[in-house]
Amino acid sequence: MKTKTMKINKSHKFNSFDFITYLFIIIAFIIVYFLLSGGKLNNQQVGWIIPVCCYMTMAISLNLTVGILGELSLGHAGFMSIGAFTGVVSYIAFSEAIPNTVLRVVISMIIGALMAAIFGFLIGIPVLRLNGDYLAIVTLAFGEIIKDIINCLYVGFDSKGLHFIFGAFSKKTAADLKLADDGIVIINGAVGVSDLKLPSSSIAETIRANAKASGTKIKASVAKLEGNTVMFIIGAVLVLVSLIIILNFIRSRTGRAVMAIRDNRIAAESVGINVMRHKMIAFVISAALAGAAGTLYAMNMPTLQSTKFGFDTSILVLVFVVLGGLGNMLGSMVAAALLYILPELLREFSTYRMLIYAIVLIIVMLATNNPLLKNFISKICSGIKSIFAKKNKKAAVADNISGGDNNG
Amino acid sequence: MKKTFRILSAFLAVVLLVGCFVSCGNNTSDSEDTKADNPNKSDVTGTTDPEESEASGTFKIGFIGPITGGAAIYGTAAMNGAKIAVDEINALNGNVKLELKCEDDVHDNETSINAYNTLLDWDVQAIVGCVTTGPCVAVSAKAYEDRVFMMTPSASSTDVIDNKDNMYQICFTDPNQGIASADYMAENMPDAKIAIIYMNDDIYSQGIRNTFVEEAEQKNLSVVYEGTFTKDTSTDFTVQLTAAKSKGADLIFLPMYYTPASVILKQASDMGYAPTFFGVDGMDGILAMEGFDTSLAEGVMLLTPFSADAQDERTKTFVKSFEELANDIPNQFAADAYDAVYAIYEAILVAGCTADQDCETICDALIEVMPELEVSGLTGTMTWDESGAVSKTPMAVVIKDGNYVLPTND
Repeated sequence: MKTKTMKINKSHKFNSFDFITYLFIIIAFIIVYFLLSGGKLNNQQVGWIIPVCCYMTMAISLNLTVGILGELSLGHAGFMSIGAFTGVVSYIAFSEAIPNTVLRVVISMIIGALMAAIFGFLIGIPVLRLNGDYLAIVTLAFGEIIKDIINCLYVGFDSKGLHFIFGAFSKKTAADLKLADDGIVIINGAVGVSDLKLPSSSIAETIRANAKASGTKIKASVAKLEGNTVMFIIGAVLVLVSLIIILNFIRSRTGRAVMAIRDNRIAAESVGINVMRHKMIAFVISAALAGAAGTLYAMNMPTLQSTKFGFDTSILVLVFVVLGGLGNMLGSMVAAALLYILPELLREFSTYRMLIYAIVLIIVMLATNNPLLKNFISKICSGIKSIFAKKNKKAAVADNISGGDNNG
Repeated sequence: MKKTFRILSAFLAVVLLVGCFVSCGNNTSDSEDTKADNPNKSDVTGTTDPEESEASGTFKIGFIGPITGGAAIYGTAAMNGAKIAVDEINALNGNVKLELKCEDDVHDNETSINAYNTLLDWDVQAIVGCVTTGPCVAVSAKAYEDRVFMMTPSASSTDVIDNKDNMYQICFTDPNQGIASADYMAENMPDAKIAIIYMNDDIYSQGIRNTFVEEAEQKNLSVVYEGTFTKDTSTDFTVQLTAAKSKGADLIFLPMYYTPASVILKQASDMGYAPTFFGVDGMDGILAMEGFDTSLAEGVMLLTPFSADAQDERTKTFVKSFEELANDIPNQFAADAYDAVYAIYEAILVAGCTADQDCETICDALIEVMPELEVSGLTGTMTWDESGAVSKTPMAVVIKDGNYVLPTND
């Protein structure tokens, strides 16, 4: 009982574990930034950066639903796909209204997030009335429904604006959009988006054009690097913003209510917490962040098909969350980065790659549940904490006690 | 007791892991052995005399395809075909040698881009790939920006080559396949009642269907039924087959890969429904599929530019080397990849590239010579237009006794 009260009291303050999370992520991003802008990364590693940022955001946003809200969602890739396709449509539709690529990407991301939030709300109305396994199955179904709907969607853009058709019940093709001569098909049904001009290369082109105008010449590879760096900064900012939103949400009044619902729904209801409302807030935030991550993902892929965002991707993200630890944001971000990169590092083993990947997963799961290792890690953690505590002499004693309690 | 069990399980995990590494090691050395063996056995020469060209050096050729996963049968066949071609070229002992590096893309766009980036880090000079359409569209967009010359053996969508001057195809484009199929039907079976079953979440299947329907309309073919399925519903076709049967279809057009096609053949035979099945190049490989009863495919027609039982010297040698390398009869994908390597090789000879040039220079040089290039390969004599599409003659074959033979008009 004593520990419980201490934890609650502590959560009002700036949590030291949150501090470690921010510190770790910011340091990691700064290192990556200097490596990237210094041209120290090879093409393979540069290619990882944006997907990793995107999967990190996906992992922490799903961790909000699974770890904090305590409901197993198996359709998270559905929100990612809504964000991805909405993002691409708005990115292309605004190409004349907003000539600045970076601004356009950011606005597309916001629109993608809003759209995903709207769908999250609509889906949340029936889904969040369920509990446990039933909720998991229904989210799975909604994920697949979103995938199939986008499969039948045709979107085109011309001087008159956006054209939509939905070809589920009739055999329509992109020709039925009746675009003007200058029109382009953005989403072509099952074929999806093809030949998207990537923002990173648009940025690179602008840089070269500007340099030419001012009389200097910039190599294509340098401009490309510059474009990739700008995209990385957008990705890193997305991860950080998501992290700030989620961590602040958890420490807020609403967040504590959400965790109370997770721990004991009946008790939470008895003290007057509106269960449906709080569940919905967490679910919609989670969906919106997944939508923004989806837009970022789409901005890095020249082609995009809705089949990519199926059950497999949802489970992949869930694996990041479970491996990183439920409710542990730092853990799920690290897991997302490592598990994305691991199969690529194992390319040397060619066909045995996925076998080794699976074995590594099993070993990590076993190892993290090993009490010896757990004890060792918690000792390191409390060691780090006591270093911070020493600097702040005033709170030193209290922190040491609570650190011990938390990890004991 | 519990502790012993834990130690035991940890030990077993380590043993498994070590076993894996050991087996991988064996595997690579095996393949090196076969590589070392092969050159001595091949005696085929290219059509351009390598002595006359100023091209020289060892060029780095990358290969991207699904070596694992659902489409692995295409990827591995194409990879082996490319390996044979590279070994043959190296055995010529000319000035130009090739070095091949194969990367797996699991038939996934994202992984394919990663595979492509890996090849870039290896300083690749030209790429044979990707094998499947979706990933190829993604990678070709990147390669276009980076100026890397790509020759795809089998990605047939026009999206692959549209607006990209660095992309060339060995296979027919989807529109051509749809048109060629419809033309063949109009010529040889004009009265057939045609049913189409296609996968509407697949670029390849949808693309062929669209042009087929257009051409069929012009040629006054009667299409009585169109059934669709998606990746998720590709395990049961009773609904589509029953509908086709009740509409009286006697010819079913299957523009799809062989995996769903095999299910369709099985279920049609279970229903006692025996129309003529007509496939496209994705159907190729059905005979090599594990656990598939080849008697079900008896009488299936398909459009393919390559037939393993062709009697010319070159095909025979190729089939022999392929059997030695992979213990299997080569399909069209293997032949396409083989031709792709030769096409790049001949283009390098004509352009007179040297191996110390970077991929950008080589790409521009190759693009310049491609429209004039004529390569005779396993899949026919190929020329290319500016867009990157190939022109060669398609060939309809029929499956008889587990082999492709030319159809007899009886």
